[in-house]
Amino acid sequence: MTYVITGSCIKDDSCVEVCPVDCIHPKPGAPDFETAEQLYIDPEVCIDCDACVEACPVDAVYAEFEIPPKHEYALELNARFFEERGSTAERTRSAAA
Amino acid sequence: MAPIRVAIVGAGPAGAFSAAWLLREGGVHEIDLIERQPTPWGLLRTGVAPDHQDIKVLDERFDSEVLQRGARFIGNVEVGGDVSHAELMRHYHAVVYAVGARTDKSLGIPGEDLPGSLPATDFVAWYNGDPDRRDLAPDLSASRAVVIGNGNVAADVTRILALDPAELARTDIADHALEALRESRIEEVVVLGRRGPAQAAFTSAELRDLGRLEGVDTRVPPDEAELDPVSAEWLASEGTFTAERNVEFVREFAARPPQPDAKRRIVLRFLRSPVAIRGDGRVKAVDIQRNELYRDDEGMIRARAAGDEIETIECGLVLRSVGYRAVPLPDVPFDERRFVLPNARGRVIDGVGEPVPGVYAVGWIKRGPTGILGTNKRDAAESMRCLVEDLREGRLPDPPEPSREAVDALLAERKPDLVSVDGWRAIDALERSRGEQEQRPRVKLASRDDLLQAAAG
Repeated sequence: MTYVITGSCIKDDSCVEVCPVDCIHPKPGAPDFETAEQLYIDPEVCIDCDACVEACPVDAVYAEFEIPPKHEYALELNARFFEERGSTAERTRSAAA
Repeated sequence: MAPIRVAIVGAGPAGAFSAAWLLREGGVHEIDLIERQPTPWGLLRTGVAPDHQDIKVLDERFDSEVLQRGARFIGNVEVGGDVSHAELMRHYHAVVYAVGARTDKSLGIPGEDLPGSLPATDFVAWYNGDPDRRDLAPDLSASRAVVIGNGNVAADVTRILALDPAELARTDIADHALEALRESRIEEVVVLGRRGPAQAAFTSAELRDLGRLEGVDTRVPPDEAELDPVSAEWLASEGTFTAERNVEFVREFAARPPQPDAKRRIVLRFLRSPVAIRGDGRVKAVDIQRNELYRDDEGMIRARAAGDEIETIECGLVLRSVGYRAVPLPDVPFDERRFVLPNARGRVIDGVGEPVPGVYAVGWIKRGPTGILGTNKRDAAESMRCLVEDLREGRLPDPPEPSREAVDALLAERKPDLVSVDGWRAIDALERSRGEQEQRPRVKLASRDDLLQAAAG
């Protein structure tokens, strides 16, 4: 299982501060932080502890089994962010070089 | 020692995050949030779209972290009007400007000021119950509206124009707007992007939503969904996750078969700039021109006119959404080029770059109108760290009358109808209880008189 962040995310980092396994990205200071429209949870790392749900001031985070239908797309979107991120980071580096 | 007193001018998200930071980190004893509106939380109330209620619950966090922790709300008081900057400096050790960006950027094309052509921000304020825009009366009687711009405000106004009013009736949209939208004859909303799908400033969540509205046929002319060589190269080499998603959505919309049964239609146009708004006493049409993209000397992707062919789009309403712009404040430095308070990490600086003691900026008036809600939390932390550092180093000025009683006496004389925390709680309770009867989050009081009356109890 995993948790997912939906499009209501306001990027206030409350979840990043409480995540015990550092699975929420991008973090402030990361090269892709400013351009990210929201934060994402890495499903490979998330331990389902619920801390981010408690912390989020806009109820943007859901457990996988509780995602409302209108936000179901977010499950794939969160995973996809991490699938593509490696290559994005490489591209950012090569563009800067 | 006298208590350290801070005035935060503007009770929007930037001001609220600043107050919350100061209350959490300590060292400051008395915080007053001074707000020109009778209600707090700024664009969270009057900017965030009514069908985005998820985000509006942030007001609960602001309430618990700001008002319940002892910061005072002083509403319906305009700094620079009802009280001056100099007067605040008499009663507070520090003044933090969090006033945002109140006006909009103009397009600089003929006809922009014709009746029927409005800043999208005014339209937003109108449907969100900002008492200053209650009488906007946008003309919704023609069958087509044109929205100029490709950011989230453009997406918001497009959605509000296209949504079924029955759906809006479940939100906290202002009643006067709901009534007007029920009578709306708009069938098509055309959204113009100066550059291409890869450069659109929509978040992919907003763009995705535009394509999934009940009863709305959202489409893109297929040739405008195709990436030009400059964009294709950029997307492949350094495209963001959002840009990749946006391009996918635009292609999806372009490939859809038309839905003849849809009640309304949204048409997203790309590489199109308005060159003139035309009409005889009121808006009748927008002339647009095709653009092409190129990289300038610094490698930035820019748009320029491609040929001189003009296409005319008939419409009765034009909403321009090309960015917010701040207005200068009396007696405080202002950067006329960047439209911000000149500052170094939030310390307001004068013409020669020296900090003005005890004066700070935060939010859009500090960094310009960029970023999303949460950006203000980090921004507030940066500015407030400067303030606390100045406090510890003894760099804050010594105000002659640093007392709550003195400022309260001044305000009682200038503004007997100011709205206190209790006044706001009375407004909030009334709006929520009216909302409960209609199964809505709240029913907004949308005139200043109604708000002040509710606050007075």
